[in-house]
Amino acid sequence: IRQGKLRLQKWFTPVPDREKKKVIRDMMTLVLSRPPRSCNFLQWKDLKIVYKRYASLYFCAGLEDQDNELLALEVLHRYVELLDKYFGNVCELDIIFNFEKAYFILDEFLMGGEVLETSKLAVGGAIEEADMLQETLEDYMSKPAY
Amino acid sequence: MSPSVPLQEMIRAIRSARTQCEERGVIQRECAAIRAQFRQVDNGARSHNLAKLLYVHMLGYPAHFGQMECVRMIASPRYSEKRVGYLGAMMLLDEKQDASLLITNSIKNDLSHSNQYIQSLALCTLACMGSAEMCRDLAPEIDRLLRASNSYIKKKAALCAVHIVRKVQDLGELFVPAARSLLTEKNHGVLHGAVVLITELCENNPETLERFRKTVPDLVQIMKSLVISGYSPEHDVAGISDPFLQVRILRLLRILGRNNEAASEAMNDLLAQVATNTDSTKTVGNAVLYETVLTVLDIKSESGLRVLAVNILGRFLLNNDRNIRYIAMTSLQKIVGTDHIAVQRHRGTIVDCLKDQDASVKRRALELSLALVSASNIRSMMKELLLFLSSCPLELRAQAASGIFNAAERYAPSQRWHIDTILHVLTTAGGDVRDETVPNLIQLITNTSELHCYTVHKLYRALLTDISQQSLVQVACWCIGEYGDLLLRGECQETEPVQVTEDNILDALEVVLQSHMSSPATRGFALTATMKLSTRITDNVDRIRSIVSIYGSCIDVELQQRAVEYNALFKKYDHMRAAVLERMPVIEKNSPGHTNGESAGEALKEVQPAQGSTAPSLPSNTASTAGGDLLDLLGGFEPTPPAPAPQGLTSTHTHTHTHTQISMIKCIFLQCCFFCFCFCFFFSTVPTLTVYDKGGVTLTLSCEKQSNSGLIVTLTASNSTDSDISGFTLQAAVPKSVQLHMKAPSGDFLPARGAAKVTQMVVLNNPNKVGYHVWRCCCCFFINNINKGN
Repeated sequence: IRQGKLRLQKWFTPVPDREKKKVIRDMMTLVLSRPPRSCNFLQWKDLKIVYKRYASLYFCAGLEDQDNELLALEVLHRYVELLDKYFGNVCELDIIFNFEKAYFILDEFLMGGEVLETSKLAVGGAIEEADMLQETLEDYMSKPAY
Repeated sequence: MSPSVPLQEMIRAIRSARTQCEERGVIQRECAAIRAQFRQVDNGARSHNLAKLLYVHMLGYPAHFGQMECVRMIASPRYSEKRVGYLGAMMLLDEKQDASLLITNSIKNDLSHSNQYIQSLALCTLACMGSAEMCRDLAPEIDRLLRASNSYIKKKAALCAVHIVRKVQDLGELFVPAARSLLTEKNHGVLHGAVVLITELCENNPETLERFRKTVPDLVQIMKSLVISGYSPEHDVAGISDPFLQVRILRLLRILGRNNEAASEAMNDLLAQVATNTDSTKTVGNAVLYETVLTVLDIKSESGLRVLAVNILGRFLLNNDRNIRYIAMTSLQKIVGTDHIAVQRHRGTIVDCLKDQDASVKRRALELSLALVSASNIRSMMKELLLFLSSCPLELRAQAASGIFNAAERYAPSQRWHIDTILHVLTTAGGDVRDETVPNLIQLITNTSELHCYTVHKLYRALLTDISQQSLVQVACWCIGEYGDLLLRGECQETEPVQVTEDNILDALEVVLQSHMSSPATRGFALTATMKLSTRITDNVDRIRSIVSIYGSCIDVELQQRAVEYNALFKKYDHMRAAVLERMPVIEKNSPGHTNGESAGEALKEVQPAQGSTAPSLPSNTASTAGGDLLDLLGGFEPTPPAPAPQGLTSTHTHTHTHTQISMIKCIFLQCCFFCFCFCFFFSTVPTLTVYDKGGVTLTLSCEKQSNSGLIVTLTASNSTDSDISGFTLQAAVPKSVQLHMKAPSGDFLPARGAAKVTQMVVLNNPNKVGYHVWRCCCCFFINNINKGN
């Protein structure tokens, strides 16, 4: 049985910490035990789970009833493409050591659980510009704390 | 953007830990350092420290001490600090934390910041974790941004508005005008946001939905331009132009077209166009087709379009891609009620999917197959379903079994087929069927009198083969007990008869009785069956007598009690034995059909002992409680129909000599009754019957027929102990169809050593001439002022 380690999690509804942990545990068990070439969809309680494996990482999404599962696969794929573009041939280590950037990229692509920007170019461009705002240490220290 | 070196160093340190314990040590040290840093004066490393903490949090360690730091960082003018601060807020704070309110002001300020990336941070955070209060507070700001800002901000404001509306539905009204105007934008991000917002507003409020119906032509136009436009590199995915936007528009059209002829008509051509022109070789095309099909099936589409949609699903079913097959079945499930015939056309493919390797696909195929069973295809479908049952994954067995039972009940072409099917299920998956299967099957068998011989033969053979499936064994024991004489006859019309001796049959039952595989309930069945055979066989009654007396000292209290009572039947009541153990009558199924199964099931459950304990959950000291609790004594025993023989009842028997006489009932309840007892009514030829004799207190009863439907019962109590009994009261409960009238007792004091008796008359009226009566009685008394409520 493969061990699962969480590399990123994004919740769009308020859920208590304990429950989050349980959901993640359950999800990991379910997804990691799926044989290869399985269907990418499974039902878990009242949620539809869509997952896709890319190399050593599983990307999972929990959908509501009216959401389109096939499109969700495209959403997962798009996110992986965005990461790939940003990091250049992204691998798991990139996401581990730069997890905060993975989040920033996600936040330019999705918001409140919905797709925010459908153009890869636009998302990539926004991240680049935001990055450039990050100050050098000098600028940084010359600004007041609050 | 340069990586955070301190962060990456820490991550490296954590990863190099070789055990969980070592990792915890590293984390503890780091957290201590981070805590100290938080308290220090600004040293240029604050954002790195918070990032470290967030990493630790992601590994599952507590990080609440970072909440205030998030608040501070968000308020900082430095972009890198704000960025990490807001990220921290989204990870560590949710609306339930008090600290979340503290960032409302910062968000408000940042929403009007001159830098759009800072505005964006605020919008994103609000949309992720904004509480209802924060939403109410900031909604006007969001509305302003919806109208007057650049595309980058507008698209974010739109999704932020979606979150606000989800949190505070009344605020929907506020965003309607802005949402409407956003549809004219060219930017795909903004358009997408607008469509999502409008969808949310329509789902939120039916009146708003009415108003937005006017946008259907605009939506159709946008969709058309996406479908027939040339290649647009920015939005293209495998030949489909902006599939995300297309799917959202289709979904909105679905909502707008639902139950509305005009709107549905306006979108008809577009849907046909999308359905026919979308390339279905890749997932992305199928995603759009899928959404199109869902929309067509949900609006008031014309029949041609509907057929087109179902055909697309049919094609999906044949697709090599499992995902597509799964989706197809999910969709077909939704319409199997309304478009049953159309779905039936694909029954063959669906049944084939039962054999798919994938668990998800199997599940869908099972649900859909069960929905497609009908009177005309029951035989072939059942073959497939039974085949499926024998090899299906464990988690689907219970569902499959119960689905099969339902289908069999509704469409059984013959009784014999029905019985065969149920037996097949019990043999294959007996462990996964519901409890009421056993009484239901027994009821079915009893009522199929022409097949008694066939059934008992089948079950006998099954019993010889395998005694591990409890439900099957229980039914088999019951049957053998009831119809064992048919086995001995050595002839059977429907199947090859067995040549058995009485010993063979008793052997079979004894094997069940003694086996470790048999559950206590099953052993109860076997014992009762053995007892019943005493009136159906001729030579080996002594063997039965000895079995019964052996089990009189069995460790299992339930079995012991049965054995003792059966023993009593042999000894003191042998004259009644034949009548008591007679054949069961045909059980009538009541109109609240399943409640009968249920109440019989309950009777079953009541008697099934939890290991060791036998007292069922009946009220004990009912001295203080009157009517309510008392009627609870009746528990699962409703007046019609009688609970079938299994466990607890050797037989319930109705016997009408002439219609002018009241029904004679014999019920011996072998239920354990520390606190309650039940007793029988007899013809007035039996003068008195002792119904309770415990601890020196004796209660006898005698009946006298008063009229066609009335009966007077006299209860007499006496006390043979050395102590006086005071406060003696009797309470009785009867089923609702019988009227009970208790006359005043002669007293409530029972002097010691039988010096005097207490009598009480009870009048029973049975105006509906209900077949049998169950009467429960409870007596409460004090001995030496100690309540021995019994």
